[in-house]
Amino acid sequence: MNVAAGPVIPNFGQGSSCEVNNGWFCPEWVTGHWHDTLEPALVQHVELTAIAVGIGFALAFALALVGFRFRLLDPPIGVFSDFLYTIPSLALFQILIPVTGISVTTVEIALVSYTLLVLYRNTIEGLRAVPEEMVDVARGSGFTRMQTFLRVELPLALPAILAGLRIATVSTISIATVAAFVVAKGLGSPIFVALEQDVFKTEILVAGGMAVALALVADGLLVLLQRALTPWSRA
Amino acid sequence: MNTFVDSFRFMGDHGHLLLVKSWQTAELSGAALGISLLLALPLGLWLGHRHRGLFLAASVSNVGRALPSLVLIAFGLTLFGIGFWNNTVALVVLAIPPVLTNAYFAMEAVDRDAVDAARGMGMTELQVLVRVELPLGLPLVFAGIRIAAIFVIATATIAAIAGGGGLGDIIVNRATYGDAGVFAASLCVSALAFASALLLALIRKGVSPRHGSLL
Repeated sequence: MNVAAGPVIPNFGQGSSCEVNNGWFCPEWVTGHWHDTLEPALVQHVELTAIAVGIGFALAFALALVGFRFRLLDPPIGVFSDFLYTIPSLALFQILIPVTGISVTTVEIALVSYTLLVLYRNTIEGLRAVPEEMVDVARGSGFTRMQTFLRVELPLALPAILAGLRIATVSTISIATVAAFVVAKGLGSPIFVALEQDVFKTEILVAGGMAVALALVADGLLVLLQRALTPWSRA
Repeated sequence: MNTFVDSFRFMGDHGHLLLVKSWQTAELSGAALGISLLLALPLGLWLGHRHRGLFLAASVSNVGRALPSLVLIAFGLTLFGIGFWNNTVALVVLAIPPVLTNAYFAMEAVDRDAVDAARGMGMTELQVLVRVELPLGLPLVFAGIRIAAIFVIATATIAAIAGGGGLGDIIVNRATYGDAGVFAASLCVSALAFASALLLALIRKGVSPRHGSLL
């Protein structure tokens, strides 16, 4: 049987009339391709993001401790993370390819480098905003330097650090869609496929909508985490 | 490191092509940034001045960050088809949140005493905004414009997949331009992003030399 009218979508060609005519939203495509396309893409997207934010957070936190203790090192670290942040994502992926190849490593390096600026800045600003008197009181009541940091400075800086984590997570989810240009992983992957196939609308709308929803859900979860960890501040 | 050397050879051999494509990217980015400034800057400044619309400013910023650039480009193509509007609208939508939110919070954060003093001197609301709040909040306002500019240039590159032209055309077309061409174009688009950040810093310094070190 041949359907003559409308653009025939490769790989989806034998589908319903909605699919073959590239309708705005074909629920049967979504249910039919949830397990082979959408669900794996979603899981990969979460993985890409979690790894990038995890490594980025560890790196930025370590750098912020260095910049906090040795003030001289703060400007160069800040300028370097700002420099990385300014490079357009698609360009950074391509610049890394000759070094790390067409691989998940390339994608993760780029994603991590975009998280550094906000995580570093927020952590160091949060630590700096701790009132000097608080630190003095803690030291005066016999806290060691480490105890002062862990029990006074870090908890007080936590709201700023978590605010940075929210921004970094949401931005990473967003930039990770572009990663599909390098490796066919994440929610960007079905979008690229759909763009190549005569702009198959359903796939673009659903995968795009899932990326937006994922970002909003992640943001909401981090707000809950923020409330749980810092019950004294309502921001 | 062969690609690296080859890319500089590519720049020498195809300097004109890179220049034309860079100009296209700059044109698309500039137009989108200009439109978003016209829309978001007055609104953000005014709302911040009136201390109203906190919810709007905060939600625009949260939702804006959650909109992936690729998704916006793809949505634009779905809605408008290939033409002038698909990518321009996507880029404008992307650029509005940082501009609006930063303008809002810049005005909102200005010391109330300074504003009261200005009112006491008989300044009109517009004068208070332009002569007192704007100069004081300028670093934050420019930080927002800068983020928007970087977002827009990055996304204008991706827009090549939706007929946007520019340097992205080379970057997404490895088959034609080879590794060296893709690498060279990536360096060009990065240079463009740095140039725009630098330009904005210079404009900020020019507009308000005394507040150059506030941020």
